[in-house]
Amino acid sequence: MNLLGKLSWDAIPFDQPIIMAASGMMVLGIVLVLAWVTLKGWWPYLWREWLTSVDHKRIGVMYCVLALLMLLRGFADAIMMRSQQAVAAAGAQGYLPPEHFDQIFSAHGTIMIFFMAMPFMIGLMNFAVPLQLGIRDVAFPTLNSVSLWLTASGILLTNISLVVGEFAKTGWVAYPPLSELQFSPGVGVDYYLWALQISGLGTLLTGINFVTTILKMRAPGMGYMRMPVFCWTALATNLLIVAAFPVLTATFAMLLLDRYLGFHFFTFEGQGNQMMYVNLFWVWGHPEVYILVLPAFGVFSEVISTFSGKPLFGYRSMVAATMAICVLSFLVWLHHFFTMGAGANVNGFFGVMTMIIAVPTGVKIFNWLFTMWGGRVRFTVPILWSLGFMVTFVIGGMTGVLLAVPPADFQLHNSLFLVAHFHNVIIGGTVFGAMAGYNYWFPKAFGFTLDERWGKASFWCWLTGFYLAFMPLYALGLMGMTRRMQHYDDPSWRPWLILAAFGALVIMVGIACQIVQLVVSIRTRAEHRDATGDPWNGRTLEWATASPPPAWNFALLPHVFAMDVFWASKESARAKQSVAKDGRNYEAIDMPRNSATGFVTAFFAVVTGFALIWHIWWMAALGVLGAFATILVFAFREHEEVEIPARQIEQFDRAHPAGVVP
Amino acid sequence: MTTTPYDRAPGDNSPSGRPQEADAYPLLVYTTGLFLAVLLTATSFWVANTSLLWPPGVALGLAVLAIAQMGVHLVFFLHITTGADNTNNVLALAFGVLIVALVIAGSLWIMDNLNANMAMPMNELMDLHMQH
Amino acid sequence: MNVAVAVHDVRPEDMVGAAEAGPAPKRTVVAYGFWIFLLSDIVMFSAFFAAYAVLVRATAGGPTGAQLFNQVSVAIETACLLASSYTCGLMSLAIGSQRQRTTYLWAAITFALGAAFLALEIREFAAMIAAGAGPQRSAFLSAFFALVGCHGLHVSIGLVWLVVMMAQVAIKGFAATVERRLLCFSLFWHALDIIWVGLFTVVYLMGVSQ
Repeated sequence: MNLLGKLSWDAIPFDQPIIMAASGMMVLGIVLVLAWVTLKGWWPYLWREWLTSVDHKRIGVMYCVLALLMLLRGFADAIMMRSQQAVAAAGAQGYLPPEHFDQIFSAHGTIMIFFMAMPFMIGLMNFAVPLQLGIRDVAFPTLNSVSLWLTASGILLTNISLVVGEFAKTGWVAYPPLSELQFSPGVGVDYYLWALQISGLGTLLTGINFVTTILKMRAPGMGYMRMPVFCWTALATNLLIVAAFPVLTATFAMLLLDRYLGFHFFTFEGQGNQMMYVNLFWVWGHPEVYILVLPAFGVFSEVISTFSGKPLFGYRSMVAATMAICVLSFLVWLHHFFTMGAGANVNGFFGVMTMIIAVPTGVKIFNWLFTMWGGRVRFTVPILWSLGFMVTFVIGGMTGVLLAVPPADFQLHNSLFLVAHFHNVIIGGTVFGAMAGYNYWFPKAFGFTLDERWGKASFWCWLTGFYLAFMPLYALGLMGMTRRMQHYDDPSWRPWLILAAFGALVIMVGIACQIVQLVVSIRTRAEHRDATGDPWNGRTLEWATASPPPAWNFALLPHVFAMDVFWASKESARAKQSVAKDGRNYEAIDMPRNSATGFVTAFFAVVTGFALIWHIWWMAALGVLGAFATILVFAFREHEEVEIPARQIEQFDRAHPAGVVP
Repeated sequence: MTTTPYDRAPGDNSPSGRPQEADAYPLLVYTTGLFLAVLLTATSFWVANTSLLWPPGVALGLAVLAIAQMGVHLVFFLHITTGADNTNNVLALAFGVLIVALVIAGSLWIMDNLNANMAMPMNELMDLHMQH
Repeated sequence: MNVAVAVHDVRPEDMVGAAEAGPAPKRTVVAYGFWIFLLSDIVMFSAFFAAYAVLVRATAGGPTGAQLFNQVSVAIETACLLASSYTCGLMSLAIGSQRQRTTYLWAAITFALGAAFLALEIREFAAMIAAGAGPQRSAFLSAFFALVGCHGLHVSIGLVWLVVMMAQVAIKGFAATVERRLLCFSLFWHALDIIWVGLFTVVYLMGVSQ
């Protein structure tokens, strides 16, 4: 019995130069960063203030950092695919052999959805929701830390697959029978499954955390109809997470049982049913895309109303539309597999439902337009991203309604038209929303605004690059080009693909502008420091704190007497009374104690995942026991909270003239 | 009329902050629940095994009895009520039940439809089996 | 308990509804969070249920449910789990009135009944595997073992949790955190019985009555 299971030196792909180069760069990058941190002596600070932090603001920032890093990794995959398709026409093989190309498009999808888009949205919700609700932290802070680090575990495992072993070659959806042991005997699919099971658990815990927080822990006076719209979309998103992710967990568990224990859920033998995987996968998959886009809708609501200087038009219809999308998203999933053989009545029902779900989104678009109408719109970077979103997402949505017609979908399913559609809505929606939220809340998180000029440059590059990269794909889809092609015969497709590759390069310039924006902003931070805590003349409670806020967020929990309560209190006469801070009664605050539980549990999760992938059973058992022991240590700890003395709170409050608090 | 200052925790016998409103005889509540559950379970086993009932009605009867048993658990063991202090708990439960219903009913409808349209002729199916 | 009260007897602070009263007490928050987790768990079970329902006739020439299931064993398992739910309720009452020895007593009985359930189920699985009707035999059996096994895994985790909770009671007494976690445990244990009701009805009783 081999002590290291299937693991051996053969796992490292020495014979594939491109992968070795990429692995080498990645490992070198990680080593350099770790060495720099060590040399600067930052480990104690990092451990104490970030890695063991249970503060939602810190956790939110770390989620966004992970997302931005994985954006680079996923984008590298995109550049490789575009360049390969730009050359591999009519007999040319390009530079990526099929086995490698298959891993690239699988990794690209997996990383962009699970490790870029999700963490970005979850990071923004983590940072902003407790502040907007006027409270001190989420319902379960230590669990929040566990969620973050489990997501990081999934990321680590996926990146390890580049160096040790391989990744799945099945596409990011991993349909059987291709993903079964018979046709994918390597470790690639196992890396995919375990990375996503682990990070999926983290996401589910986030869902539970935020549903509880939003429903049970709002500041006094904040009834449901006084909640900011971002919190409503966060509620809908997390309800979807709680409802959908368990289905993915079960589906992956079934595939894992097939691969590890010889079960027959989706195999040919034993009368397994491959179509059931597709069905169950998309029961999760459709709500997932709404999980991705609803927080972005919330960001746009906040940004558009703030920079128009007007309250959001149609608050009630916004709330109704959001909750309608939440429920309807569970009634459309078959549109992902119209061509799989269902009859006309089934296809017809889901086609109609898919068209219906476009209606609430249309309501939202009109509400945003009417919010800007009659307002004085300030063309800051977040508003530019919002305007770009409105045009781009509407185009993507319309192609979606086109695809919702089953006969049309029969022509276009799995073509580049479909690829163009979903990138249109995900980039136009989620990515643009992430960028808007990043620019909008950055000063709150770090105390200085981002550079506007580089921000605008990055927006225009992204917008132009997106259209150059993806509009050709619509044409190619209508011309018959299928997705995921490593090479193709029709030379008339090539000019379009070259144009698309050029578009990807323009996006790359946009990303470079964002990196420059960050560096420049940090360098010149003294010049655009946010001294008041309210750099945008905001409407919601997060702007009523210092930038960055103290650990306890609010010295006294605000009393919420209206919607957009911060704006209302700035406007009303009460402002004159509550600006005076002398009459305040400061009390000591109990804050949750930092904990290594999240970090250590995630470490054992990585050990367990890696061991299971390579069939090192003793190591997997140790990993599970280690995680269990960590939970026990947490369960038996003596002190759960740390008390912040009243004096410290008073000193901070007086030193920072953050806006009026009602 | 007083309004509830706080919601009740799911599973709790009394509203938060007002323990005086707990059931007067909690042991009686649990014991009644047990008795009803035993009755319904025994009936289920009888329904499954008897020949006195119309066969297509057996499945429906079992489903109804199962739902009744789940209801007994919710009311008598988990203290889920229709009171104002329980609204959030009931709404969450209703949401969960809705999702479960959609997943199961939707999957069955779709898979049944797919199987009917895509099933291979039996002789080809047996050939596949023969090859392994 | 709605008793009419004169309006001027009610303080203004009390007129605020639960939605506007500010953050709820910790017991409510923790229990509600766990309630949401239970709903997510039930959704996960529904996916396994759906798979079972789709694959129930995919016996690949092997044994069917009607041929395999032993109703006596199932009846005893059901009785054990239902009784353990009842004794868990009695344990909750003991916790509520802070009676430590009574708590241990009902916890031990709950554990014993849960362990008996598991023992019977493991025996059933072992017998099926020995007779060549293991999960590798057909898709139907894969779905059966996964669904029922998932429930059994949850019961096992519950038993481990119960032991840890009794250790916590022994060390920390009835501290607020311990009471909250015990409330979560009782929610979990009752939910497992609710799932079992669905399980034995759909898998065993409907399987046998074909």
